[in-house]
Amino acid sequence: MILQAIAFYLLAATTVAAGLAVISARNPVHSVLFLITAFFSAAGLFVLLGAEFLAMILVVVYVGAVAVLFLFVVMMLDVDFAELRRGSARYLPIGLAVAGLLTIEMIFVAVSVAANGAAAHSTGPGLQQGSVTNAEAIGRVLYTDYVYVFQAAGVVLLIAMIGAIVLTLKHRVGIKRQDVGRQTARTPATGMRIVSIKSGEGIDA
Amino acid sequence: MIIGLSHYLTVAAILFTIGVLGIFVNRRNVIVILMSIELILLAVNINLVSFSVFLHDVVGQVYALVVLTVAAAEAAVGLAILVTFFRWRGSIAVDDASVMRG
Repeated sequence: MILQAIAFYLLAATTVAAGLAVISARNPVHSVLFLITAFFSAAGLFVLLGAEFLAMILVVVYVGAVAVLFLFVVMMLDVDFAELRRGSARYLPIGLAVAGLLTIEMIFVAVSVAANGAAAHSTGPGLQQGSVTNAEAIGRVLYTDYVYVFQAAGVVLLIAMIGAIVLTLKHRVGIKRQDVGRQTARTPATGMRIVSIKSGEGIDA
Repeated sequence: MIIGLSHYLTVAAILFTIGVLGIFVNRRNVIVILMSIELILLAVNINLVSFSVFLHDVVGQVYALVVLTVAAAEAAVGLAILVTFFRWRGSIAVDDASVMRG
């Protein structure tokens, strides 16, 4: 039990510290790397809770896809990031005030919910009824009762993919592209011309 | 020392606030704003998963999966808009995005 507490505090502290580093790093590449750290330690928290499947999904989706996407974009854009930070300290006092208020409010709500809400009578963490693993438990409801939610998530991803392609596809003018329609519509009548040339006279176009 | 639901909820609350603060502090840098939104959605996911685990109901994790999907889609579309905007304006400052006079 004490080992679990140590692991929790370690992972929680890493998550929060990495989150702070994401918003305060000067270089956005560092921000992305700290974002990866935050997601990784959050995945550790999920493992600690017993949600292994979601932890692995978090690592695969975020570290494997989203963070790499961020890295690509940060490195592709030639932007002076120091210039963008100028004048941001002006909003720091009010931001800190709002943030402090928000944290205190949410912690009050969280503690009172944990003490008096539906979860107050919980017998502790754990989902396993019998010997069902976490992934199997999710699969049993995901593909039966919540299959429409699952399909909706797929549709969201499809639309996002189409949207991203449509937004970034650039049609350059002035480069030659293959046009299959024009190629197959070509007939001998449009493609060539038969002329009979008299000997020794040549042809003018 | 027993780690209860309130511990996880507190971590999620702090992470959520860090995300909100990130939007305040990096008001002009769209990339960091997008990363702050990812942090906020991570905090939401921690909340969903910890409630799901402590209430012994796996459905919370199904919805955490949906939130994850939406976050990934949001990042993809947001970054695509960012790249298009950069090509057009040569800058990613939020203040330059004022042609719609919103």
